[in-house]
Amino acid sequence: MIRWLIGAIGLCAVTSSAFAAEPLTISIGYLGQAGIKATLSLVELPSENDGSAGARLAIEDNNTTGRFLKQQFGLDEVRVKDGDDVAGAARTLAGRNSFIIADLPPDALLQAADAVRDRGSVLFNVGAADDRLREADCRANVIHIAPTRSMLADALAQYLVWKQWKRWLLVVGSHDEDRLEADAYRRAAARFGAKIVQERVFEDTGGARRTDSGVTLIQRQIPVFTQQAPAYDVMIAADESEVFASYLPYRTWDPRPVAGSAGLVPTSWHAAQDQWGAVQIQNRFTKLNARRMTARDMQAWLATRMIGEAASRTNSGDGKAILAFLKSPDFSIAGFKGQRLTIRDWNLQLRQPILLVDGRMVVSVSPQDGFLHQVSELDTLGIDRPESKCRLQ
Amino acid sequence: MMNRSKMLRRVWLCGAAVWFATAAPASAFLAYISNEKSNTVSVIDTDSWTVTATIKVGQRPRGIELTRDGKSVLVAVGDDDTIQIIDVASQKVVDSLPSGPDPELFTQDAAGKVLYVANENDNTVTVIDLEKRVRIGDVQVGVEPEGMAISPDGKILINTSETTNMAHFIDTATREIVANVLVDARPRFAEFKRDGSELWVSSEIGGTVSVIDPAKRVVTDKIEFNIPGLRREAIQPVGIGMTRDAKIAFIALGPANRIAIVDAATHKVIKYLLVGQRVWHMAFTPDEKYLLVTNGVSNDVSVIDVAAQKVIKTIQVGELPWGVAMARP
Repeated sequence: MIRWLIGAIGLCAVTSSAFAAEPLTISIGYLGQAGIKATLSLVELPSENDGSAGARLAIEDNNTTGRFLKQQFGLDEVRVKDGDDVAGAARTLAGRNSFIIADLPPDALLQAADAVRDRGSVLFNVGAADDRLREADCRANVIHIAPTRSMLADALAQYLVWKQWKRWLLVVGSHDEDRLEADAYRRAAARFGAKIVQERVFEDTGGARRTDSGVTLIQRQIPVFTQQAPAYDVMIAADESEVFASYLPYRTWDPRPVAGSAGLVPTSWHAAQDQWGAVQIQNRFTKLNARRMTARDMQAWLATRMIGEAASRTNSGDGKAILAFLKSPDFSIAGFKGQRLTIRDWNLQLRQPILLVDGRMVVSVSPQDGFLHQVSELDTLGIDRPESKCRLQ
Repeated sequence: MMNRSKMLRRVWLCGAAVWFATAAPASAFLAYISNEKSNTVSVIDTDSWTVTATIKVGQRPRGIELTRDGKSVLVAVGDDDTIQIIDVASQKVVDSLPSGPDPELFTQDAAGKVLYVANENDNTVTVIDLEKRVRIGDVQVGVEPEGMAISPDGKILINTSETTNMAHFIDTATREIVANVLVDARPRFAEFKRDGSELWVSSEIGGTVSVIDPAKRVVTDKIEFNIPGLRREAIQPVGIGMTRDAKIAFIALGPANRIAIVDAATHKVIKYLLVGQRVWHMAFTPDEKYLLVTNGVSNDVSVIDVAAQKVIKTIQVGELPWGVAMARP
């Protein structure tokens, strides 16, 4: 009799706790790098939490929604230093989280992706723009939020061609990433009918980015470097390494605008973006982080919101269910860019409009009117399905 | 004042007899258009279809509505964090309401005593006593509250939240959320059928209008839009207008530059009307003969003949027209 009673009480306890519905906890890993990449301009120096600050805002947004669905989101952040075991860090994070937002250079990203592949973990690439990660080196467990170099270059090229600035003088830095960026501009010029009238290489001879009498020297150097050029409309700088591009505007021998790595810059996000309700996210971000929102912050916000969106639509925290939803044709996400953002199913790249900014204002948003496509005009940016070398596996 | 002197000048120019013969016949109404960029409200006479006054208001006017007593037009000026009151008789801003930060859309109860305001920046709905002009409560809702509607029986307030993607059902007596219904991305506007049998919610980024059963609180149907030659991303439903007999609904499709006319019983699109660029919101004349819609990017208002289902007129207003409210002169 007593046993029966205890059994019955036990059963009641189980059912009532099931009905009280503990919130479902969904933890998201964040794998970033320690240290800050140097920039020429002091105002563009990234914060320590560049990227993860965006993820934190999205966690708050997901939790506001989660209150109504009994879902609770958390962020599990790890930063690796140069030379650290990225694969090991990824495995540790994957032990605690089904999803990892990764802000890593391309090789480290591939190591991390391959290390957690057998566990079924999914990485969201919010940092690396390399086309090869979506092409020959694509992975079935990596979703790319960051736009590629080719998407960025195409976005700028469409605007310059619309503007009838079709003669480009291309200035390329001497580092590998600079060359990859230059490749993207060459491809864009060929695709959209611009002509690169000449290329010049700006050698990185070392030296400090900040000196006490820098301006005097730069003012003499840059006009000399840019003189005797064939007739051109716009100077395109490919300088991801932040060595010279920001020195170009207003100092070129011929009075010409600068675009690319300085001047008119293509980017996924900017603190000046205020269209399509964007003021709201800018305000929320500034309130939470006491600084302005960068492209990397937005990319991490989007990744985290995509997980939240999938969790609310599938009413599930299960990694497989969420991934299946993200890859399904039903998936789309609102990203304050005037239209839905979707995923290219052949290489898991997020389609997105690209902003063209001058540092203070959004000058234009690509794709430009008139660049048509049979599937989505967003696919006029970057490598399209028929050209793709990616075979997801 | 400027308006009156203009009128006087016109009287002298045209001749008093002509003026008095054409001015304000009994059927004319006044449409108040909020111009988001100009920080003004344009007043359109629906008889002459001309702008008869331009009222200076606060920064970024968007949501606009006539009070139930017909004496005032309320306009949310988001960047000034308030709702201004325009006196219909004098066509001047006479007061403001403590709306909470960044008000965008709002709705009133049937008696016109309580105003519910969506505060985009604050994840709240603010409740205001319209007579005393004081804030009497808040409700915490999802991220970026926007669309507001009240059920015909006055018991349920609907708020849509743009980043949470839900329609929140709020009990007006307790001011507690009693249900949440997930809809497609970026829900912007909510509208009940007059008999309370259906709630329609437009999703701007999702590209659909969800039809919700307000009793069961579930989505029962989704209205989709296919316009040949237009890409799916450009079809962004925003404002909704339904005739009183609940037979026909008009849905503004944003950058698709069209109004969809929908059979409100079958939820099927009957036809698309080409209007101006980025069409936002709308209001019927009280006799439901005409529907006025705001075209954000082309800076004008299209007039639709409701019975003929045709655009009959386009009227230039201020920059980036957004909302429209209808009043009797």
